[in-house]
Amino acid sequence: MTSITKPLIPLAPLAKNDLGLTIRDYEGAMSTLCAGCGHDSVTAAIVYSFWELSTPPHMIAKLSGIGCSSKTPTYFVRGAHGFNSAHGRMVTIATGANAANRELTYIGISGDGDSLSIGLGHLAHAIRRNVKMVYVIENNGVYGLTKGQLSASADIGTRAKRGEPNEIAPIDPIMLGLAMGATFLARSFSGDKEQLVPILKAAVAHNGLALIDVISPCVTFNDHEGSTKSYRFMREHEVKEVQTDFVPLRTEIHGRIPSDGTTEITMHDGSVVRFGSVPEGYDPSDRQKVEEYIRDRHSRGEIVTGLLYVDESAKDVHELNHTPAEGLNKVPYSKLCPGAAELASMQASFR
Amino acid sequence: MTIDNAPRTATQVNDFSVKLANVNGTGSASANSLLMQAIFRMGIPVSGKNLFPSNIQGLPTWYEIRVNKSGYTARALDYDLMVAMNSQTYAEDINDVRHGGYVLYDSSWPLDPELLREDVTFLGVPLARMCLDHFNAPRERILMKNVAYAGVVVALIGIDIDLVANLVSETFARNEKLGASNQMALRLGYDYAKENFDCPLGFHVEPMDATKGSILIDGNTAIALGCLYAGATVSGWYPITPATAVMDNFSRLCARYRREAVPGPTPDSEVTYKNNYLILQAEDEIAAIGMVLGASWSGARSFTSTSGPGISLMSELLGFAYYTEIPAVIIDVQRTGPSTGMPTRTQQADLLLCAYASHGDTKHLLLFPANPAECFEFAVASFDLAERFQTPVFLLSDLDIGMNDWVVPELTWDDNFVPDRGRVLDDSDLAGMAEFFRYANADEDFVTARTLPGSDSKGAYFIRGSGHDKYGHYTESPVQYKEVVDRLKAKHAAAAQHIPAPIVERRPGAKVGVITLGSCDLAVREALDILAEAGVAVDYMRVRGFPFVADVRGFVEEHEYCFVVEENRDAQLRSLITMETGAPIEKMLPILAYGGFPLSAKQVIDGIVTELENKR
Repeated sequence: MTSITKPLIPLAPLAKNDLGLTIRDYEGAMSTLCAGCGHDSVTAAIVYSFWELSTPPHMIAKLSGIGCSSKTPTYFVRGAHGFNSAHGRMVTIATGANAANRELTYIGISGDGDSLSIGLGHLAHAIRRNVKMVYVIENNGVYGLTKGQLSASADIGTRAKRGEPNEIAPIDPIMLGLAMGATFLARSFSGDKEQLVPILKAAVAHNGLALIDVISPCVTFNDHEGSTKSYRFMREHEVKEVQTDFVPLRTEIHGRIPSDGTTEITMHDGSVVRFGSVPEGYDPSDRQKVEEYIRDRHSRGEIVTGLLYVDESAKDVHELNHTPAEGLNKVPYSKLCPGAAELASMQASFR
Repeated sequence: MTIDNAPRTATQVNDFSVKLANVNGTGSASANSLLMQAIFRMGIPVSGKNLFPSNIQGLPTWYEIRVNKSGYTARALDYDLMVAMNSQTYAEDINDVRHGGYVLYDSSWPLDPELLREDVTFLGVPLARMCLDHFNAPRERILMKNVAYAGVVVALIGIDIDLVANLVSETFARNEKLGASNQMALRLGYDYAKENFDCPLGFHVEPMDATKGSILIDGNTAIALGCLYAGATVSGWYPITPATAVMDNFSRLCARYRREAVPGPTPDSEVTYKNNYLILQAEDEIAAIGMVLGASWSGARSFTSTSGPGISLMSELLGFAYYTEIPAVIIDVQRTGPSTGMPTRTQQADLLLCAYASHGDTKHLLLFPANPAECFEFAVASFDLAERFQTPVFLLSDLDIGMNDWVVPELTWDDNFVPDRGRVLDDSDLAGMAEFFRYANADEDFVTARTLPGSDSKGAYFIRGSGHDKYGHYTESPVQYKEVVDRLKAKHAAAAQHIPAPIVERRPGAKVGVITLGSCDLAVREALDILAEAGVAVDYMRVRGFPFVADVRGFVEEHEYCFVVEENRDAQLRSLITMETGAPIEKMLPILAYGGFPLSAKQVIDGIVTELENKR
């Protein structure tokens, strides 16, 4: 974990990825979050995922808004280009950046306040636009930096540390995503790196906006009896029936994926998402069935985690707009300016 | 002192104005601009001002055509001919006609005798009845009435009918049937006038050679062209009157000039295309500016177009861009505020909003184009400034410039133009450096070098709106914080030398001056010429951007006092000059026109004369 100072000289030689980089090369600054914060586990999963994927650090753009979660991009991939934007506006920045340069891998880190309150409109529209990016909501149901107000994801009945139970309906980003036409929806738990890492890797490969709702308990303000976003509640209510594995493209080249009757979805770049175990009748490409399933389990007080829905056939914002394969920021000026002769001739119609 | 700013003689060749009163949504706009365009093609300086409601159908709308051989084409306030086609507004329209003027009305219905004026000649043409007799479709009967009155006006003011017929043919080249109907309606009106009235009237047009080398263009089109030529590739925007046409035109131009055909794999396969641009219609103006910042951060030239309400929404991220030093171009086609205000009326009331948009100590760069030609030129300049100074640049147009057709010199382009992309380090620059720090090593303009996402990890840094030191690191230290914001202040001041300089015109013996900006230009110049003829010499300064150069304060100080002419209630330009240059406010007397219609010379003259008499 990045929040722990590491010895300068590792005890054992660190493993290297395809780029010859060690996991240390994907870490960032020391975390300043509270000890035990779920967000630090998410950071660790992100570090591990990018290292395993051998994504060149300089080809990663990491963005965030405002809040505890939004501090975390400082804590991973120090060689990546970072943008800590204004509260709720992260995805608007990511949309513009992606529009200008589609060659980078974009990862946006947000929280439930950032994405489900002040930035809800932007999230909904970014989903509709299908901007190719990984969008992580570190969801703890509470405002940490302002000391413990309930957020829009707080469940009915949940209590702030010293307060009355919440009585207004929560916003579930997965349900929102299903309604808005999201093409990749996952839910995980910060305490479950085994599950989160393959989801993150699949999200990077996804051709569009990959929304990951990570329940990430707040140890200071929302990890107590009566909170549905606590470690204990999650450990007791998490249902991991939708189990996924991610098989990167290069593995496929070396050997065929064993077929054992499980569900597979081939991603845009040729890599494969394999659903190790899904409940009977569950189909991660059927929006309606996914919604019914989540609602059904929710009514029994259960929180379903895993890669819940994928549609790899949809066009992303660039395909929809027929932009070139290279970034628009690389198109030479000579191709952009029609020139003096054209200006003169077009003005013939201005008379 | 009395100043006669409208000397009238029996014959006024190429010096008169026509006002057309219509109901909006009935198709009058094209008939009206047809008249204006025809006069332009006859080589005569002309303007057309559309005074329209915020509505789709059924409310009063006016169009004013001013013909002036000397090029004074600001809004005129007395009308030689009123084309009264809206019975709802007959009373006020007839009242607007000058003594000795004419009213053209539809005599299919009798005119209420109470409306008649002794000093005005009424010309009745049974337009509705004529259209009823000659056209069958109900919609056509309404539409063709407009072309028919245009035909009457063509005869009354002596426009070349063949030239108008050619214009109609050009317009309807792809719709022969509609073209024929238009030609017929045009002739119906023209022939009726020729048979029944003494055409042309005393005021009329005669061919000139004054519009050669000029074009007719609105400011929104000119800005879109400027953005195209500047090399903008990404835009984020949200529809808003009166700025929408900026992006509509940019989109149209991009589809024409930025679309590359991509041949299929075999000669028979379908040719696809790729677009060297991406226009994002955002969910709101907050998202629009966010997209612009993201794209600019990534090294694309990016802009948004909006009006006052949009700037209000964008404010937080505009301060973010200022503090984190991200280029951005913001087109503000100003309309009448506050709040929703009057969306289809003009004003220059976003000056202070834009100068200081956002919380905290924030200052931006502003450009004030006076006409569509400057809209084009300044749009290009705004991208250079934004990237050179790594900061938001506001192009402050207004509805009058943006949505009306203006006669301006043909736009020109220098093919040797190289965009100023500012201080951007690439990987080879980084390779030669020991370390890169985002906000260190400022140049003589207090600008530091940036890197773009995707460059080598050595150039990676973290953009943050929170307190940062010159290395780009988070800080809460007073010294480190101040070091950065003090440099930003110096950078803003340094930009003054790179902003289009004020235009100054002096008259011998002038003891007072006028300072103005933007679309007030024509009306103010006309007013000063009329005053000069009456023996009152007034110097002229038009500021073309913010921050101000030292000359602005100098101009105030070297005159006994200056009039500051602007289109807002609160004398915002005057405040900005005082606050930013220290020029004494008591030496600046406001002349304010903020009712929502374009300025006329008469308002300027009245303001100056009243003050001069008070000072006696």
